Amino acid sequence: MDPISQVEGRAIPFGAKNVDTDIIIPAKWLKTISREGLGEGAFESIRASEDNVFDDPAYKGAPILIAGDNFGCGSSREHAAWAILDLGIRAVIAPSYSDIFSGNAVKNGILPVVLPQEVIDRLMEVARDGHEITVDLENQTVTTPFQDRFTFEIDPFRKHCLLGGLDEVSLTLESSDAISTFEDRRSSAQAWVAAGTNI
Amino acid sequence: MASKPRTLYDKIWDDHVVETRDDGTAIIYIDRHLVHEVTSPQAFEALRLAGRSVRRPELTLAVPDHNLPTTARRDAAGSKVPIEDPQSAAQLAALERNAPDFGIRYIGDADAEQGIVHVVGPEQGFSLPGTTIVCGDSHTASHGGLGALAFGIGTSEVEHVLATQTLLLQRSKSMEVRVDGELGPGVTAKDLILHIIGVIGAAGGTGHVIEYRGRVFEEMSVEQRLTVCNMSIEAGARAGLIAPDETVFRYLKGRPMSPKGAAWDHAVAYWNTLRTDEGAQFDKSVTIDAADVAPTVTWGTSPEDVLPITGTVPSPDSFADPSKQAAAAKSLDYMGLTPGTPMTEIAIENVFIGSCTNSRIEDLRDAAKVLKGRKKADNVRWAIVVPGSGLVKRQAEEEGLDRIFTDAGFEWREPGCSACLGMNPDKVPAGERCASTSNRNFVGRQGPGARTHLVSPAMAAAAAVAGKLTDVRELTE
Repeated sequence: MDPISQVEGRAIPFGAKNVDTDIIIPAKWLKTISREGLGEGAFESIRASEDNVFDDPAYKGAPILIAGDNFGCGSSREHAAWAILDLGIRAVIAPSYSDIFSGNAVKNGILPVVLPQEVIDRLMEVARDGHEITVDLENQTVTTPFQDRFTFEIDPFRKHCLLGGLDEVSLTLESSDAISTFEDRRSSAQAWVAAGTNI
Repeated sequence: MASKPRTLYDKIWDDHVVETRDDGTAIIYIDRHLVHEVTSPQAFEALRLAGRSVRRPELTLAVPDHNLPTTARRDAAGSKVPIEDPQSAAQLAALERNAPDFGIRYIGDADAEQGIVHVVGPEQGFSLPGTTIVCGDSHTASHGGLGALAFGIGTSEVEHVLATQTLLLQRSKSMEVRVDGELGPGVTAKDLILHIIGVIGAAGGTGHVIEYRGRVFEEMSVEQRLTVCNMSIEAGARAGLIAPDETVFRYLKGRPMSPKGAAWDHAVAYWNTLRTDEGAQFDKSVTIDAADVAPTVTWGTSPEDVLPITGTVPSPDSFADPSKQAAAAKSLDYMGLTPGTPMTEIAIENVFIGSCTNSRIEDLRDAAKVLKGRKKADNVRWAIVVPGSGLVKRQAEEEGLDRIFTDAGFEWREPGCSACLGMNPDKVPAGERCASTSNRNFVGRQGPGARTHLVSPAMAAAAAVAGKLTDVRELTE
């Protein structure tokens, strides 16, 4: 995945609450065996109405999405993260996310920024007026051209992975010996777990 | 030194820590991995591209379910009926190829054991108490009903588990949902979990693992516990747990992949230690009185939008939170409902009994009990029953349940995810309403424009008979 340190540009003032991953990418788009091209189906039911923010030329190519509480709830489909990435979005700002979605986002180089609702309201206003927003991962800040400066928290491991564009599988494989030690211990203590489908 | 009292979640977590990093991230060992056709192709492809193998193929079980049509899989001559949708066919073919390529046990559509992964796992004894279980599907939470730490993962994590048999995780917070008292007649596990989601909200469990505690859960069958834990994710919790007990042990004993002989006794001894210690602290606690739970239905497009069947469609003004008011107005518009309408006056055209929430044998028995000697109403255009697995189907047929359903005007189908999620031919048409035993009433979930009301199997059956949402207690008393 591509490393990420700063995302700067227009933001899509979406803001809806409890947006589930069926809304982000409906099931009919999950029949693919690739990660590419899902932007076409992203937010399909919302984009069916004419005056939607996603197709508004004012936000064309915007790299930031402003969303509401509990964004990405429901299905675990990583296709939701792939679809958002395919739209060119590299940072989402919302008061909260579902646990699975925020994990999927990070694994695909999308930064899920958590900020309180009053900040979201302010950023929605800035975005609607067509101003740019800057998300700085290194310094954990979101700024606007109007002296707004909001700091956000992020898990240090997630930050490390995003900044470095790191592949978690490679990181974990560095601990192969520890995994083997764990497996040896378990296969003697709980052989019935270790047997799996080989029973 | 007395050790600090621990929750059930703490115990399972502690037993699976391979390594903890300085930043608190832990490498957690994964004991059981279920794979289906939708969220795995990109993971297998990534392994191929990186030249990686599957670390422990015997800990993964592959079963197709989401895309499979639920109509007959063999024609009169016994040949396989081809799958019409080329994309679905390609995805199913990918799993059928990937599983043997990577040495993974595959239960295919031609096998009697095939079904929805979350039905097959417990049924085969693959899912066991105290294990960590993952699947690229958020309803993996189901397996918590056996006392396993089970949760849904994304495709990158599927790849991570295949390659390393572990996941990098942060410890979740713990939440206790205690239900005191007894459930009334006609009130099922499904009604209870819908009610719980209504109380804690669709995001109430975010960041938490829920443990369901109290006599109500202890008295539940395994099937009912799986239903409760299944919908933990609808309250935002990635996992839900119920402490394993004799009911679980009896359920698992003798299943194909359950421990055998001396290993069984060792396993039971360990499983008996898996309960929250006296004095253990939860980060959050919610207490519910079982007597407050009625047969429950959803009115909106979030699973938190629940009402007792005796209720009326709410007005957006009735919510205090302005964002909830806006969401409610949008939901009512999508659902085509007018505030003040009694729930029992909402006519339905479709009934779906199935999904990983409610497609086990007890669910089918519950529905059949209501339908016996009755017929679906004329305005119900489409009514289907989709057993959760081939084994559930066979059992139901042995009990004659299939005849009760077909006599009542239902279609009796082959196992799969079916009309829960609009990925296979079973869909609800735009603008039509469905009384559904599935888990999500999201916009477009059962098909673009489809209107879903989540209910229990008995309530779905009652709705079919009445042609509208109905209080099942009026048909059974």
